[in-house]
Amino acid sequence: MNARHWQYLLVGAWVLALAATPLWGSNYIVRLATIIAMYSALTLSWNFIGGFTGYPSFATAAFFGLGSYAGALAQNAGMPMLIAWLIATILAGAFAAALGGILLRLKGHYFAIGSIGIVEVTRLVVGSWGSLTGGGNGLNVPFMTGGPDIVARTFLAAMIAIMAIVLAVTIAVDRARFGFALRCIQQNEDAADMVGVNTTRCKIAAFVLSGLFCGTVGAAYASWTGYIDPNESFSLIMSIKVPVMCLLGGAGTVLGPLLGAGAFLLLEEFFWANFLDYNRAILGAVIVVLIFFLPGGLLNIPHRHIWLRMGSRARDPGTAA
Amino acid sequence: MTDAILELAGVSKSFGGIQALRQVRFALKQGQIVALIGPNGAGKTTLVNVVTGVQRASGGHVLFRGADVTGQRPFQAARRGLARTFQIVQPFPRMSVLENVMAGALFAGAHARLADAVAAAREEIEFTGLSAFAQRPASALTLAGRKRLELAKSLAMRPRLLMLDEVNAGLNPSEIDRALALIRAIAARGITVLIIEHVMKVVFSLAERVIVLHHGELIADGNPRDIAVHPRVIEAYLGEKFARRIREDGTNG
Repeated sequence: MNARHWQYLLVGAWVLALAATPLWGSNYIVRLATIIAMYSALTLSWNFIGGFTGYPSFATAAFFGLGSYAGALAQNAGMPMLIAWLIATILAGAFAAALGGILLRLKGHYFAIGSIGIVEVTRLVVGSWGSLTGGGNGLNVPFMTGGPDIVARTFLAAMIAIMAIVLAVTIAVDRARFGFALRCIQQNEDAADMVGVNTTRCKIAAFVLSGLFCGTVGAAYASWTGYIDPNESFSLIMSIKVPVMCLLGGAGTVLGPLLGAGAFLLLEEFFWANFLDYNRAILGAVIVVLIFFLPGGLLNIPHRHIWLRMGSRARDPGTAA
Repeated sequence: MTDAILELAGVSKSFGGIQALRQVRFALKQGQIVALIGPNGAGKTTLVNVVTGVQRASGGHVLFRGADVTGQRPFQAARRGLARTFQIVQPFPRMSVLENVMAGALFAGAHARLADAVAAAREEIEFTGLSAFAQRPASALTLAGRKRLELAKSLAMRPRLLMLDEVNAGLNPSEIDRALALIRAIAARGITVLIIEHVMKVVFSLAERVIVLHHGELIADGNPRDIAVHPRVIEAYLGEKFARRIREDGTNG
C-alpha cells in the first residue's frame, strides 16, 4: 500500500463516520455531519475553478442560491424532489456556462470582484422579483413527510451522496488530460495557450463544474430546511467560507477540500460551543494564522522536513537554533 | 508557392500610431533554417506574435501550409504545427520538467493519452539533454536549462515550423555552441526553423537565408553573404566594421 491508498482508505473511513452518526449521535450531531457533507461538496466544487484553474471565484453563493430557488420553485410546482434537484443542477450549470464566457475574461482580483458582484446581483434580482420568488418574505418548500429522525437521515444521506459524486468527478478530472490542462492554466495561462490548450473552453468547463453541484446542494438544502429567503440563500459569508475551507485543506489537491471543510466546521463548532461571545474573533484569528503559516494548506505541510528537523534537534540540541 | 510552409502576404501591424510591421511579405520553404534579424524595435517579436495569433494583424494575410490562418488563436497555431519559444521563457514553474514537456505532447502533439505523452516527453527531454533534470521543478533550472526546456516543450508539440525568439540571449559562449548543435539537430528532423537572433555568429553559421527587418519593414532577404554586404543592412544594423570582418572571413575561408 502506498500513500495514495492510505489517503483513500482514510477518506472512506471519514465518509463512513459521517454516515454512521445517526447510529450513535443526537440530531445535533447528525445535523453537523450533514452540514459537513454539504460544505465538503461546495468546497470540492470550488476547487475546480479556484484550486485546479487558479481563478479565485466568490460566486459559490450565487450558484447555491439559484439552485435553492430553482429547486424550491420546482417542488412548489408539484415536481418530485429529486427531479427538482436535477433541474436546479442543470440551471446552475447553465448559468455558470453563460456567465463564464463573460466573467472569465477577467483575471486575478478583477475576476474575484466580478464574481462577488454576481452574488449581489442574483440576490437583488431574486429579492425584488416578488411575484415569482416571494421577495423578501422568502419561500416555503413542501416538507418531507415522516418524523424528524427520518428527515435528518434522508438529508444526511443526500448530502453525503452529492459529496461522493463531486469527489468522484474531482478524482476523474485530476487524472485526466482536462485536469492537466487546468493545472497548466493555473501556472501560466499564456504558456498553456501556446502549447495548444483551448484555455477559454477549459476555463468555462471548470466554472460549470464549480457551479453545477452547488445548484444541487442548494436545492437539497431548500428541501431540507423547508424555507429559504434571499439573504440566507445568497450569503456572501458562504462565498468566503468555501474558499477559506479549500485553502485551509489544500487548494488544487483532491482531498484538501474534504480535509479543509471538515477541519473548519469542527473548529467553528468547537468555538461556538465554548466561546459564544468571541467565537467569530477566535475563528478569524485561527484562519489568519493558518493561512500565514500553512499557505499550501494542511495537506501540503512539509511533514518530512519537520520530522527531520525535530530529529536533528533531538539528537543535537546544541546546534539547532 | 506549393512548397512554401509559411507565407506572409503584406502583413501589417500597428499599435495606435506606431507602425510595428509594414506590408511584410516573404515565404518560408519547408526544411530551411532562416534567420530574422534587425535592430531592437524592428518588429521581429511582433512578427512572430502575429504569425502565432498572440497579436492580430492589422492588415494582410498569414498562410500556413496553404491555408489562411490570419485570425487564429495561439492554441490553434500550436495544434496546426506552428510552435515558438519566447524571448522571456514561459515554463509552468511548479511542474516538473517532464510535466512541462508533457503539456506540449498532450495538447498540440499527437498524444491524447497521458501515458503516450509521458513517453513522447521523455524522448524530447533526452534529445535536448535534460534527462538528468526530468523530475526537477522547472523553476530549479538555470537560464540555459530553461531555454532547453522551451525547446523540448516546443518539439513535443511535433511542429512543422519552429520559431525561436532569441534562444541564445543571455547564454555564455560554450552554452551557445551547444545550442547551435541542438538547432542543427532540430532542422535535421525536417522541421523548418525561423531564428530571431542578435548573435551574428549564430546567424552566419546556421542560416541559409537571412531576412532583415528595420522599422517594421523588410529591407533585405537573401543568403547570408549577400546580406553581410547589403548597404541598407550595414547602415541600419550590422555596421561597417562588422561587415568588413565578414567580408574578410569570406575571402579567407
